[in-house]
Amino acid sequence: MAVSGAPATREELAQALRSAGAAGQPVRFSGGATKHQWGAAGAEDALELPTGGLDRILEHNAGDLTAVLEAGVPLARAQEAFAEEGQMLAIDPPDLGGATIGGVVATADSGPLRGRYGGVRDLVVGVRVALSDGTLAKSGGKVIKNVAGYDLAKLFAGSLGTLGAIVEVSVRLHPLQPHSATAIGHAGDADELGRALISVARAPLEHSGFDVCWADGAGSLLIRFAGAAPRPQAELAERLLREAGLGTEIEEDDEELWARQRARQRGEGSDGAVLRVSSLPTRLPALIRATEDAGGSLVGRAVLGLSWVWLPEPSREQIESLRRMLSPAPCVVLDRPQALEVDPWGPVDPALLALMRRVKEHFDPAGVCSPGVFAGGL
Amino acid sequence: MDGRLNDLTSRLAEIAGTAHVITHEHQLATYASDGLLQYAVQPGVVVLPGSAGEVAAAVRACHEAELPWVARGAGSGLSGGATPVEGGVLIGLSRLRRILEVDLDNGRVLVEPGVTNIAVSQAVGPTHFYPPDPSSQIVCTIGGNVAENSGGAHCFKYGFTTNYVTGLDLVLPDGSELTLGGPEVDHPGYDLLGAFVGSEGTLGVATRIWLRVVPKPEAVRTLVAFFGSTVQAGEVVSEIVSAGIVPGAIEMMDNLSIRAAEGATGAGYPLDAGAALVVELDGSEAECETRFDQVVSMCEGAGADSVRVARDETERELIWRTRKAAFAAMGRIAPNYYVQDSVIPRTRLAEVLARIDELASEHDLRVANVFHAGDGNLHPLVCYDGANPGEAERAEELAGLIVKTCVDAGGSITGEHGVGVDKKRYMPDMFNESDLSAFQRLRCAFDPEQRANPGKVMPTPRLCGEVPGPYREHPLEQAGLAERF
Repeated sequence: MAVSGAPATREELAQALRSAGAAGQPVRFSGGATKHQWGAAGAEDALELPTGGLDRILEHNAGDLTAVLEAGVPLARAQEAFAEEGQMLAIDPPDLGGATIGGVVATADSGPLRGRYGGVRDLVVGVRVALSDGTLAKSGGKVIKNVAGYDLAKLFAGSLGTLGAIVEVSVRLHPLQPHSATAIGHAGDADELGRALISVARAPLEHSGFDVCWADGAGSLLIRFAGAAPRPQAELAERLLREAGLGTEIEEDDEELWARQRARQRGEGSDGAVLRVSSLPTRLPALIRATEDAGGSLVGRAVLGLSWVWLPEPSREQIESLRRMLSPAPCVVLDRPQALEVDPWGPVDPALLALMRRVKEHFDPAGVCSPGVFAGGL
Repeated sequence: MDGRLNDLTSRLAEIAGTAHVITHEHQLATYASDGLLQYAVQPGVVVLPGSAGEVAAAVRACHEAELPWVARGAGSGLSGGATPVEGGVLIGLSRLRRILEVDLDNGRVLVEPGVTNIAVSQAVGPTHFYPPDPSSQIVCTIGGNVAENSGGAHCFKYGFTTNYVTGLDLVLPDGSELTLGGPEVDHPGYDLLGAFVGSEGTLGVATRIWLRVVPKPEAVRTLVAFFGSTVQAGEVVSEIVSAGIVPGAIEMMDNLSIRAAEGATGAGYPLDAGAALVVELDGSEAECETRFDQVVSMCEGAGADSVRVARDETERELIWRTRKAAFAAMGRIAPNYYVQDSVIPRTRLAEVLARIDELASEHDLRVANVFHAGDGNLHPLVCYDGANPGEAERAEELAGLIVKTCVDAGGSITGEHGVGVDKKRYMPDMFNESDLSAFQRLRCAFDPEQRANPGKVMPTPRLCGEVPGPYREHPLEQAGLAERF
């Protein structure tokens, strides 16, 4: 794949994109290139357009809990800057090193904080994009509350660069919390774990993370509390887990625990595949059984019903069978071996696909932004 | 009534039944305005469908007749978003008010669009609640909340409607039906759901909506503190936020609002106070206790004249009733008022309020201020007497200048009321031609003929199919003298 010279400004990037559009040259935008295998295989002759030159933190308005970042700013660097003021961007996906804010928004990747603070769609308050006819346009703003105009930030979140390039992102920040404590419950029975999950999910608890993991016939629920005095709520959660029959403990030194949860979203080796399954808490036991039947393991946001299933020896048949078993829960294949031939997105309703196609045609009139990569072959 | 509308009216009567089609002049007048009475347009016909299927059939009939239509919930919106189109169709959704499913295990509720906001919280209580809480929650509908992306007093901590909608059934402007999202999050494909919520009825109409509901917090603590000035109260807000505290709600009223609201509820607020600050913390018992004591000492440290802590639910309810009464009570201060909904970066509060004061005296008018202090959403109420010649025009001009002041400070023209017809003229203050053309691309993908709620949101009418030119930087921007974002 050819790589274009790195644009140093959003205008240069828009100009490069317009030239590609005029020439009918497919492009692929590239931040830290940590999730390039996501989506379907794109055009082989795509020109890579790096955002690395757009790497300025334009604003950090600590008093307003907002920031404006160029797309190529590495998320880790932004977090360091925010942390100096006791703040964070509450988006904590696994980072293999160098993931940029633009890439995180374009993939709508997320981590354990999502349950409390929402995902990319909820924390991005404004976006500036470049389109394939050279247009630079923005939507939203840099205040946390704003309903003027359409919310194009959400449209571009998770669009994998197929509508245009994200060149600038405004985000809402949150205060870092001084203390944390995690209640953990272990079980060897999926139904028992499922019952415990519902019991805690319905309780008046304000968790900052509520995860599940399952491997080799046993699993755990992890419920994290963060704030000035998190211990009492952790104890309440522990009690509920114990009453549901789980073996329990409380961990206050819990960073490592959550880092592991995050890391497992990306799987455990290059031969396997990761499926992101959008389900509901009550369907967790069924999901665990289907995962076990396929010889896999899972990690996920228990209370959101969002799981990452790891299949060590994936095949197309296995993935299709999982999709049938878990229907109507959508299963998207993320990381996977190159040789695995599978539609990573699964079926898309024809009426929805027709509308998505019209959206794609209006935002990418030249049809050059990562063609074929997205759901439904867009 | 012209022939096309006549034929369409007969078709609508076949779809929804004659009893649910309104054509009498005086009955149509009921629907001429929404909550913003300055705008009144009589629709050609009103139809009140009784099911999602009837809504789709009604929209399809409009599409075939090539006539515009506007969807309406309770008509309580404050931007004229549900103002009808002259000679067009108004689709009232008040009959679609069933709560179809309550699933507390998964924290989900499935509702029809005519269900009121408060009814959702009532359906999931006492253990759960639906966080977005616009002041009009007793009457406003979920369908309208979805169209406007409604907020409320608690959205600084809990977020807006868009953060709580996980899926919906949608009728597109050509009458076709599809589903965006579902009870699950993260359906594959573009986040058209996120683009639809807050689109002010211009992309289609929702007929069933999946909402996320959450357990009620373990504890709630509420106080109201009185200060000599809004600047003083504003400093406390800054202190609270920089201490890393995220209150469930943090609201401010200025002297004029205090006087109006006190007249309405008789809560015993000091009439000479410059500002009242309502702070509510919720969450875990231990967290609330620790943080609440901190907030009380911050108020006292900043020189609060008095701090009232709600001792029970009745006292808490009174604090909120007084706050929420401020709009309606403004009638006690002035015969008419013009409400704005601008947002500013919170740290610019003192300077913006000072500028509003200046502008008000230049225009010889009074402006009351009620605002969501946590997120910088101001509701300046420009008071005037429409009976005095020229005063309404002066009030409108003042309101416009206030909006511009907020945008110049890095804010927004609207935080929760929507653009509608009322604020579309301010859109160019916030968005340039390229930005607006990007919005139009979305509109054209959903509604190429632009028959869904035409004349709203966008400042000037534009066609689909127009190829927008690329954005060129304004000389002021090149010179670094102006920044559009």
